[in-house]
Amino acid sequence: MKRAGFSTPWLPVLLLVPQLAIIAIFFYWPAIVALHSSFFLQDPFGFGSTFVGLDNYTNLLGSAEYRRVAVFTLTFTLLVTVFSLALALLLAVKADKVLRGAKTYRTLLMWVYAVAPPVAGFIAVILFNQSWGPLTELFALFGHTYMVGVNFNDTAFAMILASVWKQVPVNFIFFLSALQSIPRSVREAALIDNRSASGRFWDVTFPLLAPTGFFLLIINITYALFETFGIVDTVVKGEPGNNPMTLVYKVYVDGFRGNDLGGSSAQSVILMVLVLALTVFQFRLLERRIHYT
Amino acid sequence: MRKPKLSTVIDHAVLIAGSLFLMLPLLMLLQMTTIPDTEIIQTGPSLKIGDQFGDNLEKAMLQASGFSGENTGMSMLKNSFILGIGFAVGKIVIGMTAAYAIVYFRLRFATLAFWLIFTTLLLPLEVRILPSYEVVQRLGMLNTYQGLIIPLIASATATFFFRQFFRSVPEELVEAARIDGAGPVKFFVDILVPLSKTMIAAMFIIMFVYGWNQYLWPTMITTDEDMYTLVRGIKQIVQVLEGAVVPEFGRSNVLALVAVVPPVLVVVFFQSWFVKGLTESDK
Repeated sequence: MKRAGFSTPWLPVLLLVPQLAIIAIFFYWPAIVALHSSFFLQDPFGFGSTFVGLDNYTNLLGSAEYRRVAVFTLTFTLLVTVFSLALALLLAVKADKVLRGAKTYRTLLMWVYAVAPPVAGFIAVILFNQSWGPLTELFALFGHTYMVGVNFNDTAFAMILASVWKQVPVNFIFFLSALQSIPRSVREAALIDNRSASGRFWDVTFPLLAPTGFFLLIINITYALFETFGIVDTVVKGEPGNNPMTLVYKVYVDGFRGNDLGGSSAQSVILMVLVLALTVFQFRLLERRIHYT
Repeated sequence: MRKPKLSTVIDHAVLIAGSLFLMLPLLMLLQMTTIPDTEIIQTGPSLKIGDQFGDNLEKAMLQASGFSGENTGMSMLKNSFILGIGFAVGKIVIGMTAAYAIVYFRLRFATLAFWLIFTTLLLPLEVRILPSYEVVQRLGMLNTYQGLIIPLIASATATFFFRQFFRSVPEELVEAARIDGAGPVKFFVDILVPLSKTMIAAMFIIMFVYGWNQYLWPTMITTDEDMYTLVRGIKQIVQVLEGAVVPEFGRSNVLALVAVVPPVLVVVFFQSWFVKGLTESDK
């Protein structure tokens, strides 16, 4: 709030009404409904529901299927985050270093940001086509018959590859902008103190990138958890079966296809808690970050 | 001429490899649209450039691929633009007005409104997808543009962004405006909006791409084929390809490419605004 603000009484209310109305109807109402129905067992034919307390939650946590999906989601998130961050960092450092063609490289390395996740999944389906996919043929050279949608690990790898491909540009943009904001004086001082390029990178550049890295870590975890939905859905071709899937995908499959509203809502609530925890963690990091600059 | 240093050569090699890694998959999609489908099912993607692109483009854009005969590429393209632009404009208008109210007015319940709005940043639509669907269904908004766009707007990213920006606008400006007798509406329209032009442009690009690329929400909300967006249509493309004797890769790849080209062009052409908006909004 500005010190010298206006004090017209009705105008700010009028200005806030659209925003508040939309979030009340499409944010708070659904969130409360999710919380509410996670404590109920829905009749599959739509004849009301019974209060079951924490049963939906205990059922979930006791279910081997749910634990399997959770473990996969964790592995998937970890791999996607690590690989897309590492690859983007490497490319950003090089793009920051070269003199010739810097602008062209920047464009070439960031435009995939605009590609929709399901298109990335669609590309993976083609690359791993059973009979003529280029990557299937590559794996065949090493004696591995690649089968997306049949073999669990094969499907998982295709998902991870597509997810990393789609996420590298975002990380690249942030790393590059962080690198370019390192003051000249710091770089020159480092050049005098440390003659080896890799030494300079690990002792000076890398610590200066740490705040961006932490921030990106959260962004990437959120991406792997939620935004990869389109990739998962296209790679499994809408047929989850025994295929790998993420927690968000399971919310959709159980609730939308399986009509298990209570179970799906409980899953939503668990995810909400997870995201809240991540956000609190992020805010604490941000607070600490201020001291850096 | 000086011999280039080895490290420079390595730098360029890494960058070229990275660019190829990102670019090749889409070039492959493009190549597949130039050769006949009967050839694809034998050889798959290759280096050959054929002459089928025009035919496939026509098939993809003008012929319907679904059952109702209504989801041609053109109609999906139109829906994608409506979603992308509608989402971006809605988000910016609502975000700017709300941020203006929060930053520039003495308001009772200001803290409450602030928290109500910014809590929405915490939970993405994906975690409350089913109840949101039910709400939209109860409001009779399935298969409508409102049902597609408005629930997606229900998060405060743009509001937060404009709040940060308005707070960085010098205090003297509003004081001067008040001394000159400008009311709140005039100050907003004549001073604040022109001042925010770059920010609005950056937000528009980011939000347009975000809206255009939505998948899960349109998949649930639109079941009528004439409401499909291009990105939502990918799901159907994959399913149709699965069942076909001679899968029409030429046509489906054109559709996938058409789904990619507009947002990519926006990002590439307005690169500096886009990068500025992205790196500043998320901090």
